[in-house]
Amino acid sequence: MNPRQDPVRPGPASPITVIVDGSAVRGLAGQTVAGVLLAAGRLAWRTTRSGRPRGVFCGIGVCHDCLVTVNGLADVRACQRRAADGDTVSTEDEA
Amino acid sequence: MKVVVVGAGIVGAAIARELAMAGVSVVVLDRSASAGGTSAAGEGNLLVSDKGPGAELSLALRSLTLWRSLLPEVADTFPSIEYETKGGLVVATTDAGAAALRAFADLQRTAGVSAAEVDGLDYEPDLNSAHTAAIFYPQDAQVQPAIATEALLAVARRHGASVRQGVEVLGPLRGGDRLTGVATSGGDVSGDHVVVAAGPWSGEVARRLGVELPVRPRRGTILVTTRMRQRIRHKVYDADYVGAVGSDDAALQTSSVVESTAAGTVLIGSSRERRGFDERIEARVLSAVAAKALVLFPFLAGVAVMRAYGGFRPFVPDHLPVIGPDPRLPGLWHATGHEGAGIVLSTATGELLGDLLLGRAPRVPAEAFAVDRPTLRPHLEPSPDQ
Amino acid sequence: MSAETPDVLVVGAGPAGLAAADAARRAGARVVLLDAAGDAGGQYWRHLPASRPAAAERVLHHGWDRFAALRGQEVLTDAQVWLAERHDDRPPTLHVLVGPADGSDRVRRTFAPTTLVLATGAYERTLPFPGWDLPGVFTAGAAQALAKAERIAVGRRVVVAGAGPFLLPVAASLVRTGAQVLGVLEANGWRRLARAWSARPAELLSTRHKAGELAGYVRDLARHRIPYRTGTAVVAAHGTDRVTSVTVARLDADWAPVMGSERRVPADAVCVSHGFVPRTELAVSAGCRLTRDGGVRTDENGLTSVPGVYAAGEITGIGGADLALAEGVVAGLAAAAAADPAGGGISAGQRRDRTVNQRFAARLEAAHGIRPGWVGWLADDTVICRCEEVTAGDLRAGAAATGSRGLRSLKLSTRAGLGVCQGRVCGRTVEDLLNRHTGGLLDAGRTETRPLAAFVRLGELAAGADKEEPA
Repeated sequence: MNPRQDPVRPGPASPITVIVDGSAVRGLAGQTVAGVLLAAGRLAWRTTRSGRPRGVFCGIGVCHDCLVTVNGLADVRACQRRAADGDTVSTEDEA
Repeated sequence: MKVVVVGAGIVGAAIARELAMAGVSVVVLDRSASAGGTSAAGEGNLLVSDKGPGAELSLALRSLTLWRSLLPEVADTFPSIEYETKGGLVVATTDAGAAALRAFADLQRTAGVSAAEVDGLDYEPDLNSAHTAAIFYPQDAQVQPAIATEALLAVARRHGASVRQGVEVLGPLRGGDRLTGVATSGGDVSGDHVVVAAGPWSGEVARRLGVELPVRPRRGTILVTTRMRQRIRHKVYDADYVGAVGSDDAALQTSSVVESTAAGTVLIGSSRERRGFDERIEARVLSAVAAKALVLFPFLAGVAVMRAYGGFRPFVPDHLPVIGPDPRLPGLWHATGHEGAGIVLSTATGELLGDLLLGRAPRVPAEAFAVDRPTLRPHLEPSPDQ
Repeated sequence: MSAETPDVLVVGAGPAGLAAADAARRAGARVVLLDAAGDAGGQYWRHLPASRPAAAERVLHHGWDRFAALRGQEVLTDAQVWLAERHDDRPPTLHVLVGPADGSDRVRRTFAPTTLVLATGAYERTLPFPGWDLPGVFTAGAAQALAKAERIAVGRRVVVAGAGPFLLPVAASLVRTGAQVLGVLEANGWRRLARAWSARPAELLSTRHKAGELAGYVRDLARHRIPYRTGTAVVAAHGTDRVTSVTVARLDADWAPVMGSERRVPADAVCVSHGFVPRTELAVSAGCRLTRDGGVRTDENGLTSVPGVYAAGEITGIGGADLALAEGVVAGLAAAAAADPAGGGISAGQRRDRTVNQRFAARLEAAHGIRPGWVGWLADDTVICRCEEVTAGDLRAGAAATGSRGLRSLKLSTRAGLGVCQGRVCGRTVEDLLNRHTGGLLDAGRTETRPLAAFVRLGELAAGADKEEPA
């Protein structure tokens, strides 16, 4: 949420850049890959075998709906993996 | 005529189908649910490539013919049994292995197996290019074994068989010298004949019925990867597999079997180890299986394994199935001991048992599978370690 | 690979694990505490990473002071246990990969502890409904995790629905993360809630801070004008590539939707929770017996059926953080004492804390447990297994076509539960539905058998091939 209105009173955080399907997306150090994607306005990034979109469902590493490819390695849970500056993320399409 | 089949795995299912279609009244018993043991724990191999000339190969070749012919029976009413004639590619990774593989293939060709030396990379572009020989076996095929089991049971039911699940055999029913049925946890079930097709548990069932049968569990472990774009097109295994299958060693042996499934996952086997019905999954076994698979397909290193499961193959000391009447107890029949080949051999096993039981002329030589064959006879007495 | 041999190994650094490790350390034991996440706290005290400091993070939390006191311990983070090798007469050998989640070159470590405390927590049980696989449908836990650890609201106009008191803190977090919560919908009616929560009031006195915590949430809802509706559920979510509205319906006492009570509510997110499932795969692999409800069976010290293996927190049954902390203390002390019999023991007060909080857990189930009528909101084409996209109709057809009474066989023929989550999300639901269709499964409960507790890369597995010693 907007840091100026945030009741937890966030301090400064360092920006990072992640390349998502070829485009640069800005995030904050410490965010998960899912956090970076959601904060950038993406709700879904995986496509199931039948062509349906999926993103975060459980948010705690159980459902595996949010799988992405990170730096060429497939099947990484976006909600569990901390994003690192310069990470290359590509979305997975099983259809 | 009424026949009791003990075991609702693939062998019991194939026998039930065969007998029910011949007009026999069949009841199948299983102490648990159908397709819940060995038949649900394997890759669904329909292989001839791992078998040298002999009785088992004859049974396998006949089985392949029967698998093809029964497809129409199961096509409409069922989830797909995922029958695929994908072919097997056997790969050697050393010079010595290459020579042995070529010699083995030469022998197999004399017994009706198609085997062609090929450039492995033409068949599997992601195969380790450092391999030393590759033989392609176009007859090798695959089914989804649990669905195939259920499909055969469904055909049997359509022909009047009944399948009673959750019914455990406790002991024999006898009339004079003859077995006339089984006492079960669900009451007595009588029959003119009782066929024990309980896979690795056949030894225990036979013992309950009063005879010794040397069937022991031989443990196997399989890894399942996440779904991926299909990069493995055939059943691919290293030439060590043939040696491991035929080995008598109880200690852990691994050889690599790698293949894609219709669902998009890759199954990676296999290990062989004799240690009773021990279900524990061990890191040392998984690591050994993984290391062998990477020798064939280095690209798999980054692939995620999502599941490991174990199963028990029915092992007999002379490595041949036991199919036929038990001369020690009239009315008792066995159909077990198929080790890792039960899925492929089920169809011809069902046919052979039907032939023998119904007095038809067997289409494969039956003597090799007889209970009292010379190589098995020494094992028919209770051994001190049991 | 040589195994490390701590006196006490604690798996899971949520409330139970932190308390267990702390208690065992104070008793003088050599303790290793590890967690798969990058930080201690578990789901309950999930918080912003160190790289994103905040001055007032406690506004999102209860018991933050207790966490502050416990979190100073050494925790081996990013440590994923992927296999527990059973030994029956002693704790399992645990195989661990340390490094980024689902990475490919993590460091393999092996632990053969004298005693083991499993504090692996729980995850949500979410009942399926038409449209629940649309983006914008989240578990309530996802909303909570994203709010606490990312400061992200899952939507702008959010419906929170399901069963149980957990819905309340989720609504509170959403509000504090900038979302508008359109309502909190509890499936159970007032009658059931009142009966369960008002019985034997004296018993509740000893957990009155817990009751106070819930009352605080209720006041919070009122302050933010968020309606709390009982006997109501989200029975469908609508949209093409994301949620744009939901159907809300009244439920009867058995959770069957009341015909004609449906109404459409525009919303861009819905957060659902119908209870929790203990995370038992390691316990099952270790050989621990489970209770009928699927938690790990323990004695009054937290000892499981396997010598030297203890369990604490939600893994033993769902009871909330206070119970988890109490169980953690008892299990940690018992584990330390078992590892070194010369050490101290457990006080009567510590045992009492545990018992008192267990009564609270029993009420939770009585008030909020799932009722069978929910299947009334399923359609034939409703996805049950999200990973393999197996529908309710597929399950029924599979059972009918095979006649099998085997969960294993039916999973293999329908592919339900065989996908990437390995049945963690749908497992219990698949079992429930197949039990209905088959007249009773003969191998029920298999869903919780997952020898691999997490993804392992084939290369990581192979890297250990030459170093493994026979166990």
